[in-house]
Amino acid sequence: MTNLRIILLIFLIICAIAVSFSRNLLVSIVIYMAFSLIMAIVWLILESPDLAITEAAVGAGVTSILFFVTLKKIRSIHTTAEEDKDE
Amino acid sequence: MSKLNPNYENSFWHHFSQWVKGEYNPIDGQLEMNAPDKEVFGDEKIHYVHLHIVKTQNYNERMFEEGIARNIRRFTGLYRILGVLVALFMICLLLWTVNYLPQFGDPNAPENNEVAERYIEKGLEETGAVNIVTGMILDYRAFDTFGESCVLFVASCCVLVLLRVDKDDNPDSRAREDMEDRHYEPKNDMILQRVADFLVPLIIIFGIYVVLNGHISPGGGFSGGAIIGSGLILYLTAYGFEKTRHFMNERVIKTLTVCALTFYCFAKSYSFYTGANHLHSVITPGTPGNILSAGLIVYLNICVGIVVACTMYSFYTLFRKGGI
Repeated sequence: MTNLRIILLIFLIICAIAVSFSRNLLVSIVIYMAFSLIMAIVWLILESPDLAITEAAVGAGVTSILFFVTLKKIRSIHTTAEEDKDE
Repeated sequence: MSKLNPNYENSFWHHFSQWVKGEYNPIDGQLEMNAPDKEVFGDEKIHYVHLHIVKTQNYNERMFEEGIARNIRRFTGLYRILGVLVALFMICLLLWTVNYLPQFGDPNAPENNEVAERYIEKGLEETGAVNIVTGMILDYRAFDTFGESCVLFVASCCVLVLLRVDKDDNPDSRAREDMEDRHYEPKNDMILQRVADFLVPLIIIFGIYVVLNGHISPGGGFSGGAIIGSGLILYLTAYGFEKTRHFMNERVIKTLTVCALTFYCFAKSYSFYTGANHLHSVITPGTPGNILSAGLIVYLNICVGIVVACTMYSFYTLFRKGGI
């Protein structure tokens, strides 16, 4: 169990660093979702299932969806067809 | 005036009709419309003018601009170095503080005081909730939870104020808006709809389960409400606003949220009149473990769940199209 916890914590640190170094905002959001999911598992290991459920629903679910919608509004998501047209 | 006029070509009406058709410009040939060609000057002359401007520029002014540029360069360098230094300082400070925190699960830790002891020992007996966390947040500390629900309500109001778009009655622009909205997602996507058919009922039933069993198993109003909200969002993404408008429009959301908050407010104002003692109401705690036990906690959980689900859904619709 201790090993699992250490691996999860290392994953958290990697995710946190990767978010700040990724150029693409879409990739950042996906990493953020991964961070939230790992965080939910960590909460479960720390024996607080209430927080785990909330983290999985709000952190990984609703917040990321709101981020995606915002990216779409500011036109940061490009489809492949559009990129081809640009080229 | 008529075309029988022999001088018709030069008459006012002829010019006017041509102007209306866009064939005649009344100031054409009378005003100097275009800038004179650059070739008039010749290269040497332009060069001379340029030199002249540079020469007459005030010496002090030029020095001043160079000074600004140098300052900006210096500031950028200093900014980067300071940023790294501050970040390192904060990291060291936080790690140093973490060093002094008690071990996880340490019985002598300062947070294991008589308050937590009382919650754990008498919580089940006093609130009737098997899940101590729910007993705490909806009974002992129900006022805090009421404040949180109000914060959510205020947050959705703020988003409404910031992102609301007035209704556009022009069918053209509405159609264009709809097309732009659907630009990145095909309308009536088959895969998404089949998945949503399967998942949405499960998600919403699971959310209702989490809300109703908040006092027995892990979960509660907030998480259950968030689950229901994400189920609704998935349904909306699959089927579009035409389908959801029937059961989740602005009036429904307003009524549900306000009713839930008002019920919560009245239910908890009761403890003001009982001397800020927590609610030992006419509703008995019942048998711990049953759904209809733990006094008011079930109903308060339902209220919080409704508020959270409506808030999540309205956040999404406001971000998507600027209206509920």
